[in-house]
Amino acid sequence: MADEFHLVEKSRIMDSTAINRGLRRLATEIVEKNHGAEDLYIVGIRRRGVPLAERIADKIEKLEGNRPLYGILDITLYRDDLSTVGANPVVNRTHLDADVDGKIVVLVDDVLYTGRTIRAAMDQLMDFGRPKKVQLAVLIDRGREHRELPIQADFIGKLVPTKQTEIIKVMLKEFDDVEAVGIFEKPAE
Amino acid sequence: MDKPFRRRDLLGIRDLTAADITGILDTAENFREISTREVKKVPALRGKTVINLFFESSTRTRTSFELAAKRLSADAVNISISSSSLSKGETLLDTALNLDAMAPDCIVVRHSSAGVPHQLAKVSKAAIINAGDGANEHPTQALLDAMTIREHKRKIDGLEVAIVGDILHSRVARSNIHLLTKLGAKVRVAGPGTLVPSDFGYLVESGLTVCDHVEEAIDGADVVMILRIQRERQDSAYFPTLREYAIHYGLTNDRLDLAKKDAIVLHPGPMNRGIEIASDVADSSRSLILDQVKYGVAVRMAVLYLSTGGSPSQN
Repeated sequence: MADEFHLVEKSRIMDSTAINRGLRRLATEIVEKNHGAEDLYIVGIRRRGVPLAERIADKIEKLEGNRPLYGILDITLYRDDLSTVGANPVVNRTHLDADVDGKIVVLVDDVLYTGRTIRAAMDQLMDFGRPKKVQLAVLIDRGREHRELPIQADFIGKLVPTKQTEIIKVMLKEFDDVEAVGIFEKPAE
Repeated sequence: MDKPFRRRDLLGIRDLTAADITGILDTAENFREISTREVKKVPALRGKTVINLFFESSTRTRTSFELAAKRLSADAVNISISSSSLSKGETLLDTALNLDAMAPDCIVVRHSSAGVPHQLAKVSKAAIINAGDGANEHPTQALLDAMTIREHKRKIDGLEVAIVGDILHSRVARSNIHLLTKLGAKVRVAGPGTLVPSDFGYLVESGLTVCDHVEEAIDGADVVMILRIQRERQDSAYFPTLREYAIHYGLTNDRLDLAKKDAIVLHPGPMNRGIEIASDVADSSRSLILDQVKYGVAVRMAVLYLSTGGSPSQN
């Protein structure tokens, strides 16, 4: 996106240490709430939910000794704006190799904003089977007032109330030069 | 053409760039997984209408396009010649205008005359996808062949591909020659002299060789692509008898031994066992004929998605 080059970073709210701490807490809360790693299925939503989910799965393995199931969702084909955006977005692959039936699926994404991505992820998940429970873990929650659907997170790394004009960017070493979370805004014209 | 393949017609491989082709193949690879799911359906093209307009009989291609549309949640309507107004005297143009009035998003067309999809594209607001026009092109077949080759050889650039049989009447051969040479393969064609056109000169520069003997074409090949002998053309005396064709041009294990040890065999179907391909070759592990059919659905899903507005993947 050409626009991103013109964004100005207003403040940096997390560095790599803070991200790591946040993920460690998420992992702990997930096993606490679900009484262990049994039947847990950690599913990252493309793109930035994927490395986060992988790291959470690693941390759960460290805590519990056994590794939870791990998968990747590409929600492109389930988006509700396919017919309104100029061009359909690029499709990537979904990997849910293990059966979701009867599992506790924890969806992982970087930022919870309008809730529409999560709606698409849940619709897709249901096409794969019938999980026992579906929970949501996000690194950043931008606050309920932005929600366009009745969707809330079960596990939140950091609650960051924001204005609509602001943009939260989660930068991860898998995709970016730095590992940090920043609040960005378009410069005034 | 500079603009990427998107939201437009797929009339032939000839109009595409190497980047367009790779974009479609990458997208198709990402669509493959959908057909392995328990619920083989995604909502991407919900509310879109795809018309399969077939003026020529087809089982595989029509079914493949229909499944592709349905797995993307589009509404697919099939029209075949026997049930169409053309048998009542309507012109092709009028049929097209009438279909267009019903606002389809995409028309998949097959016709025995070359250029029909191009004519439709001029008058229709829908994206037109060529599912085979006369002896001209059959782009989705070439794309699924390329997907099969990529899957087994991990690349196309630098491969040696033999195309054997009735090149003259084969839209599959034409689309494949364009695609493979654009992606850097060396293509060698062979068949009865009467069935190999002499006007391929312009393609020689891009890596096409016309061989006098089948053995010459197959020798050292990575991929052997066998074309169907169109038995309906038997009356026209392109070659004496089917038996003689089988003896001189049929792909037997002996002939296949000339190819590289790990060579793969493709056939667009429907195949005439014992004529252009020996049964034991067709049933061997080197023959990927059913893989081609499998990838056909993914390729057509990608083409439908992209021609109705999707962006190509870059894997």
